[in-house]
Amino acid sequence: MTDSGDNGKMSGRRRFLLAATSVAGVVAGAGVATPFLRSMMPSERAKAAGAPIDIDISKLEPGMLLTAEWRGKPVWILKRTSEMLDDLKKLNDKLADPDSQRDQQPSYAQNPTRSIKPEILVVLGVCTHLGCSPVYRKDIAPADLGPDWLGGFFCPCHGSKFDLAGRVYKNVPAPSNLVVPPYTYLSDSRLLVGSDSKESA
Amino acid sequence: MSKQQNSMMEWIDKRFPLTATWKAHLSEYYAPKNFNFWYYFGSLALLVLVNQLLTGIFLTMSYKPDASMAFASVEYIMRDVDLGWLIRYMHSTGASMFFVVVYLHMFRGMLYGSYRKPRELLWLIGMAIFFVLMSLAFTGYILPWGQMSYWGAQVIVSMFGAIPVIGDTLSNWILGDFMLSDAALNRFFAYHVVTLPWLIVVLVFVHIIALHETGSNNPDGIEIKANKNPDTGIPVDGIPFHPYYTVKDIFGVIGFLIVFCGIIFFAPEMGGYFLEDNNFIPANPLHTPDHIAPVWYFTPYYSMLRAVTVNFLGVDAKLWGVILMAAAVVIFCFLPWLDRSPVKSIRYKGPYFKFALTLFVISFFVLGWLGTKSPTPLYTLLAQIFTVIYFAFFLLMPWYSKIDKTKPEPKNVTK
Ligand code: HEM
Ligand code: FES
Repeated sequence: MTDSGDNGKMSGRRRFLLAATSVAGVVAGAGVATPFLRSMMPSERAKAAGAPIDIDISKLEPGMLLTAEWRGKPVWILKRTSEMLDDLKKLNDKLADPDSQRDQQPSYAQNPTRSIKPEILVVLGVCTHLGCSPVYRKDIAPADLGPDWLGGFFCPCHGSKFDLAGRVYKNVPAPSNLVVPPYTYLSDSRLLVGSDSKESA
Repeated sequence: MSKQQNSMMEWIDKRFPLTATWKAHLSEYYAPKNFNFWYYFGSLALLVLVNQLLTGIFLTMSYKPDASMAFASVEYIMRDVDLGWLIRYMHSTGASMFFVVVYLHMFRGMLYGSYRKPRELLWLIGMAIFFVLMSLAFTGYILPWGQMSYWGAQVIVSMFGAIPVIGDTLSNWILGDFMLSDAALNRFFAYHVVTLPWLIVVLVFVHIIALHETGSNNPDGIEIKANKNPDTGIPVDGIPFHPYYTVKDIFGVIGFLIVFCGIIFFAPEMGGYFLEDNNFIPANPLHTPDHIAPVWYFTPYYSMLRAVTVNFLGVDAKLWGVILMAAAVVIFCFLPWLDRSPVKSIRYKGPYFKFALTLFVISFFVLGWLGTKSPTPLYTLLAQIFTVIYFAFFLLMPWYSKIDKTKPEPKNVTK
């Protein structure tokens, strides 16, 4: 410091003023940054979007997958055949979370089939790794997925595998099962996805 | 110079140090006389930077950063704007060539130990440029809003979601929405055309200032400033940058432009490596293409991301993948301190270093190649092996570079 007096030391007063100015500067900097950072959060319009959707499943055949859009994301509705449901039990030791312990579904879907009605699976078609949409591969033991494949979902991005209940395999990049969104049946052939109370339809 | 010109220069020099700057950075800036092929890439990077800035401005005149219009506006540039296709291909080819040139430029630094004292800061500024360059490439790739744009962005932004605790809020903040949508496209456009180009230009300027402070290294890795002519104070092994290297660099530019134009006119998509097939399909948030891979210059890192498939130390594979991928880039920053060899240049380094560097280059290429393929168990295993080699090159360097049998450095630069 050039202005720090004869003995080269800063006076206590000067040191205090310097510290106080620095603190004030940091506070002011944070204050100025706030509006810029806040303006980048999802807007009110973005928050308002995302109402529940009403899906007609009357034409869904066994083994068929229907994709709907909810909050800009794919929602899958899969009608599983009885063989498919039987196969689910054979896979437990190959899966990372076979009993759906992790919080990836509402409580009414925390069961062996991860669904309200056993045959109808409702999951978000969004890989829990980095958000790609996996591919429905119902073919048994195809060349690329190996002889043990009993049908499921394969993510083309980094090779994660899920079974037909959306449960993740062990030793793949994805850490958890596919997410089951809140949903409810409005009637036998009408599903409401995005909310589990019938009133919001 | 005529008399008028002289007085004109005097008038300016009293107000702005034009002659002094010219001398300090060109006509009396002494560079080692033994520069070779590898020293073209700095000036070529500057050329590509100018190409990107220029073509980018003209693309902006016709492009629309709106999720419902972006894809069509790019088609419009390609089909209806007069010579719009040329400008777009100059920009897209330029992006890939930027990475070719910068990777070679960095590799030169590894060959000749250019990152070592006193050029550590120069190297770190270079790394900052590299990070900005990667961000520029990423944000630019989103703009056409094709399938690869969409799913590439989805994967990259989700990586921030892998960070514990703050991940979700952070990715919503990045996206400006709860999913990848128009809000994100709009702001990535702002980064791509304003924030990042500005940053890179400033950083390149600082890079050159730092370079001219230490002076260039050279293929022999010895300091020419250590051996000055006692009468003139000029390095014995130095020659003025202008005219010697300005002319040499023009030669490099011509060679580069031949390749560059060849690509633009004959293979602008480069077989799907520079512009990917799936990006000619508009973004569809409900369907990921069956085969997705990033553009070639990110594939080595992408391979590492998916190489991690096991959880350990209580951290899941997903987060490890992201950490590893980031570490693979950041680790270059530590090179100045990892290299303990008594010599700088590969010419005088011993067999261990040469072997390690060769393995590193092989692993970089293998990982890059794997990153373009769909994952199979065999490929994943290969990716894991080469990821280990990649990191071993850096982490073991303090050891093998120290015990290596080096050759003595010469006192003067050689041919
Ligand atoms: C936009 C990107 C870049 C531009 C325009 C640029 C420009 C230049 C130029 C003109 C030179 C002098 C000529 C030469 O030595 O080739 C140079 C030298 C250098 N650059 Fe860069 N550079 C860029 C990126 C990088 C990156 C990413 C790194 C490394 C992390 C880096 C590290 C260095 C080093 C260490 C030198 C001195 C090399 C030596 O003297 O042997 N640069 N740069
Ligand atoms: S996004 Fe599905 S495996 Fe990475």
